[in-house]
Amino acid sequence: MLTLDAVSSVVDGETHIADVSMTLEHGTLNILLGPTLSGKTSLMRLMAGLDAPTDGRLLFDGHDVTGVPVRQRNVAMVYQQFINYPTLSVYENIASPLRVARLPKPEIDRKVRDAAGLLRLEGMLDRTPLELSGGQQQRTALARALVKQADLVLLDEPLANLDYKLREELRAELPRIFAASGAILVYATTEPEEALLLGGNTATLHQGRVTQMGPTLEVYRRPVNLITARTFSDPPLNILPVAKHGPTVSADDGTVVPLGERIAGLPDGRFTLGFRPHELSLRPSDAATGVLSTPGRVAVTEITGSESFVHVEALGQRWVALDHGIHEVSPGQTVTVHLDTRRCMVFDADERLAAEPIVAAAA
Amino acid sequence: MARIDLRTLAHSYRPNPAGRADYALKPMDMTWRDGGAYALLGPSGCGKTTLLNIISGLLVPSQGQVLFDDEDVTAVIPEDRNIAQVFQFPVIYDTMTVRQNLEFPLRNRRVPEPEIAARVAEIAEALHMTEDLPRKARGLTADAKQKISLGRGLVRQDTAAILFDEPLTVIDPHLKWQLRSQLKALHRRYDFTMIYVTHDQTEALTFADSVVVMHDGEVVQVGTPEELFERPAHTFVGYFIGSPGMNVLPCTVDGRTARVGASEIALARAYAPRNGKVELGVRPEFVRVAPAGAGAESGGVPVRVTGVEDVGRYRIARLRLEGHPMAAILPDDARIDGDTAAVSFDPAHVNVYVDDHRVEGEA
Amino acid sequence: MQTRPVNQKAWFLVLPVVVLVAFSAIIPLMTVVNYSVQDTFGNNQFFWVGLEWFDDIIHSERFHDAFLRQILFSALILAIQVPLGIVVALCMPKSRFWTAVVLVLMALPLLIPWNVVGTIWQIFGRVDIGLLGKTLFSLGIDYNYTQDPIDAWVTVVVMDVWHWTSLVALLCYAGLQSIPDAYYQAARIDGASRWAVFRHIQLPKMKRVLLIAVLLRFMDSFMIYTEPFVVTGGGPGNSTTFLSIDLVKMAIGQFDLGKAAAMSIIYFLTILLLSWVFYTVMTSSDASDRKPRG
Repeated sequence: MLTLDAVSSVVDGETHIADVSMTLEHGTLNILLGPTLSGKTSLMRLMAGLDAPTDGRLLFDGHDVTGVPVRQRNVAMVYQQFINYPTLSVYENIASPLRVARLPKPEIDRKVRDAAGLLRLEGMLDRTPLELSGGQQQRTALARALVKQADLVLLDEPLANLDYKLREELRAELPRIFAASGAILVYATTEPEEALLLGGNTATLHQGRVTQMGPTLEVYRRPVNLITARTFSDPPLNILPVAKHGPTVSADDGTVVPLGERIAGLPDGRFTLGFRPHELSLRPSDAATGVLSTPGRVAVTEITGSESFVHVEALGQRWVALDHGIHEVSPGQTVTVHLDTRRCMVFDADERLAAEPIVAAAA
Repeated sequence: MARIDLRTLAHSYRPNPAGRADYALKPMDMTWRDGGAYALLGPSGCGKTTLLNIISGLLVPSQGQVLFDDEDVTAVIPEDRNIAQVFQFPVIYDTMTVRQNLEFPLRNRRVPEPEIAARVAEIAEALHMTEDLPRKARGLTADAKQKISLGRGLVRQDTAAILFDEPLTVIDPHLKWQLRSQLKALHRRYDFTMIYVTHDQTEALTFADSVVVMHDGEVVQVGTPEELFERPAHTFVGYFIGSPGMNVLPCTVDGRTARVGASEIALARAYAPRNGKVELGVRPEFVRVAPAGAGAESGGVPVRVTGVEDVGRYRIARLRLEGHPMAAILPDDARIDGDTAAVSFDPAHVNVYVDDHRVEGEA
Repeated sequence: MQTRPVNQKAWFLVLPVVVLVAFSAIIPLMTVVNYSVQDTFGNNQFFWVGLEWFDDIIHSERFHDAFLRQILFSALILAIQVPLGIVVALCMPKSRFWTAVVLVLMALPLLIPWNVVGTIWQIFGRVDIGLLGKTLFSLGIDYNYTQDPIDAWVTVVVMDVWHWTSLVALLCYAGLQSIPDAYYQAARIDGASRWAVFRHIQLPKMKRVLLIAVLLRFMDSFMIYTEPFVVTGGGPGNSTTFLSIDLVKMAIGQFDLGKAAAMSIIYFLTILLLSWVFYTVMTSSDASDRKPRG
């Protein structure tokens, strides 16, 4: 169990990590989700012991390991760049941490072949990394991290430099491969979609702070604040500022937003509605109540073949609607967009979640 | 802007190519319409960058011709081809301001000062970068730098086509959406011929009117996103486009029925029995899953359920049909109880492949 | 507020370097400082003379001449070697094999001991037996570095260019290698001239290695001793007596320890000051970039 206790890191007067506390259990997959420079790599370096925190403590299974350098701890790290020993064969690359640990030869051989089997590198053991494709190079790096049987495995955007389809393949294999090792797995990514496909737990990062941590779907469905919701939305989260007076909630131009009973307990004042693109549709909703239908001007449409992303300007906001099927709407055209307000997250003036969306799956 | 024709074009990096396998780019004929938005999609090593470099003139093809508006430019050097290119990593002139960066291609071509000023002002406005003009280009963010790269192509009046080589690789997901929709708006405004190389299906599909899918040095299909999605011409297209990719199941066909093992699947068209490798392709989006046994009267086929992944917006069911792995996409409120279920396919979206190529049935 | 935890153990790691620097630099430097404010008549008897030696040196015409000669020499060396090194780096062959050959050839002068370099050129330039001297003589050029100050200067400068230009070239070549291909492709597409490519891509990307090259060549040329001493011995007359040669003459030849010590300190401070000026000027545009963004 790795515990971060109020860890901060300040480098040259610049705050890289601010007051992060979290507990990571053995055998779990933990995702750090946030845009570039949000502190994912800094946090991983602190966890690994590559950097010492300015403030706070790190505990590993109850022992204080703050400031214990990486070499004295059993940590493996895989980076976005494919990092292997270029002159060594794939076999020797995978064996290198075992040779350092002075394991007996037969045991090294067994472990290398096991890892190579799991990562489907059996046929390539005699080649050097430069003769491999990008995906195979990264598999080699992953195999090396695997044989080390580290307590803590840190993966820093390991799939970012791979082709889309390879990424899909390795992403499905990764949790399964490391699950048996009982290691604490930490995985950094900039892509919300990747976090959702991986599952596990997710910590969303923003400017060096963890804004929320919990089971991935929980964070996705019930973000505690607006910034978490924004971090965890791709395409970007749609926003609508509203004001509540008694039982009515209205947008700035007076359009009434039928939020129903959900907000009955909330005080009057300003709120922000947040909803993801797939909650906004060009098709009339089959829901009887709670639907906000409003005209919008189409800015751009993007069609993926099975779905359409329609960028619209409505109620003074720029929104993206994601619909099944092909919607051939041309820019400049006026359409009606329908929002099922039951799916809206409601944030208060301090950007904290004031009312949860009603999630269909929970019903 | 110009129309681009490729005539019996092929390229090999070897001096004396013997067989087809020696060609990085197998012989092809193609036309890129004036003002068209094309995406060149395929995995690493499929030849898409080779093709791009041949069009831009950085590479001279070993055979065939490249024509811009019927003029043979095969041997013409890049600077005389009036091509603009945006690279994977932003290329800007560090020491110059944004304005000087945009002026650079015009200065080099000795365009009169007043015209330079007018063009730069217009393009900066289109890129929403007017305020950044006096700033040093070096200090800007990656997405702003990519816009400058694009801007250097747009300022020239004589640009025949703009080539993009995976231009969003280093851009954060949130900004990708913004940049992509801006690019689309620019394309509409200036109507330039655009060729966009990527391995990312979402980027390719949302961006292009016409997607060129490449595999192993060959163009396997050219089509609209809708065509690629609904009628993949090759099993590779089915696999590569869509996430998860198309389910491909070995089968035999006879008339309007396909058999996978003992299971019968209805087809929309009639097919004569075929020799060779016969397969049935159906996208996970067109697979319905019902409780076990429920589908018997509606042509449901029994499957074993190996797992259900909740990825927030939808669920992915991992199934086995007669032992063959397949996937189905379910709405986020769908449930599957137990480890067996019945699936049915939308006959209109079931494709038949012989030796990996799609065959058309008879009505 | 908690204070940053300080790990005292780190000091032990620095200790060896501190000791080494103390023995190799700080203690000798203090001795020199000590000498510079004292006079002696032998027998280990020293008198306090304050800043008299410094006053002497600063007002000595001999020092002025040596100082100006030194500045001129360093200026010439930088003016020739830096552009030449860049040109050589830009002209490196494209093929791997020839690059390797050229790199080895260029590294050769760097591997030769300094006094040997001096001896090589001393013989090379001799009018009676040297290849260079004889060739020039037979071409009707009146060349004699032992008698003509200009010839002596040319010999010393050419020798240093031969000896050290490869260093600048190697550094620049390394800098050029780190520029991604996309930059050149983009420049071709933008229609940039060869000069524009150099001015806007290659030069900015080489800036860091050029800073190192300029500093190294400046400090080295400003302290040059062995090679001109071997070739000309500082002559003819005093025409190639650079600061270090003058210093050695004063300290060893005349045994004017106090005066020599004062001169050493002025010499040292001059190098420090000029190096700082180079550094500041060459990194000034970086600093302005790093200002917080508006």
